Amino acid sequence: MAVARPKHLVLILAREFASNLATPTLITDERGLLVYFNEAAEEVFGRSFSEVGEMPIDQWTAQFQPRSIETDEPLPLERRPTGIALEERRPAHERMRITSVDGVTHEDAVTAFPLFAHEDELVGTVTIFWRE
Amino acid sequence: MRIRVWGCRGSLPTPGASTVRYGGNTSCVEVGLEDGSLLVLDAGTGIRCLGDELADRGVREIQLLLTHLHLDHLEGLRFFAPLWNPEVSIDIWGPPSPNWRLEDRIARAFSPPLFPLDLKDVPSHVTFHDVPREPWGLGSFALSASLVVHPGPTVGYRIEAGGATFAYIPDHEPALCGRPAEMSPDWISGGAVAQGADLLLHDAQYFEDEYEARVGWGHSSVADAVAYAGAVEAQRLLLFHHEPLHADASLDLLEDRARELAGQDGRGPTLAREGMVVDLKPA
Repeated sequence: MAVARPKHLVLILAREFASNLATPTLITDERGLLVYFNEAAEEVFGRSFSEVGEMPIDQWTAQFQPRSIETDEPLPLERRPTGIALEERRPAHERMRITSVDGVTHEDAVTAFPLFAHEDELVGTVTIFWRE
Repeated sequence: MRIRVWGCRGSLPTPGASTVRYGGNTSCVEVGLEDGSLLVLDAGTGIRCLGDELADRGVREIQLLLTHLHLDHLEGLRFFAPLWNPEVSIDIWGPPSPNWRLEDRIARAFSPPLFPLDLKDVPSHVTFHDVPREPWGLGSFALSASLVVHPGPTVGYRIEAGGATFAYIPDHEPALCGRPAEMSPDWISGGAVAQGADLLLHDAQYFEDEYEARVGWGHSSVADAVAYAGAVEAQRLLLFHHEPLHADASLDLLEDRARELAGQDGRGPTLAREGMVVDLKPA
């Protein structure tokens, strides 16, 4: 079995922080690999993280058919807050419609921001789902 | 690889009759190889006596690796004899900070009102380095570092030479991030530094009941240190950063407790003592 790459301390601390939040929160590393979401996020996704495991964030989020609330058009990764945080290295916010794996559609406001350990060292992102 | 402890007390120098066996000097450890390669780990008050010995040995090039800049890891630097010798070169390595250069942060300890002289008045040839993000080499040592859970930027070091591995994490509170025994290795603070080390030097400042009132202060209970060593599969555990309130008799009990927690495997945890020498060979 391949040995997973050690997580940066900032990600370790972010996961511990998120694990104690009642707000749905998702964490990626700097490559866009989903590395964690908390128990509160299970309700958003319909799955627990232990069932899902690590996977590329675009592969994971595509399962939820994120769509614009205004136009109902699919939101590509580059327009989703997590994608913007990863690619443009800035915070982003968007209201979107999500269908969880159990088929329930709901609307969420999503905020994502990059995590920098140093000015030039992106180590990951945090994405928060605000239930509406 | 020869490891010598020059100071193992945490937080505050603790001289006196009640601490003579374990010692009262704060963090400083020397790591040497037969070919003369030498590392100095941290600059607590233990570095003063080491400096005198290095001067006697005629050492002119010194590599000093700082885990962080809390005073108990830095305050001895001002009284490190080689620093005041214009014929000596010192490379100082330390954790990068998001905001301030390593030199600027250390300079705070070398300025009034804390100290009468300024860092720029130091006659030795001092070069400051942020610890690299990737592994690097110094002499015959292969080194790597990673940030660990402790207030402010703090690193642990992994030091390899001749097939032996020494992990140095003197200040560390991994319990803030969950139970290491229940985590996959990639999520353990300092796991990349400590994994499979032949010797792990690790913070064990408190008894378990003391720790309960000091959560978040950056240090470990003896139980957390033992659990951490097990989770990273360290071969031997050397407990470090002794609480200033613990006299020798208390530290004897702490070592007993560590061995009780670790079980009887013949390689029970040991408390660091000032003057202790460990000859580390590959497992």
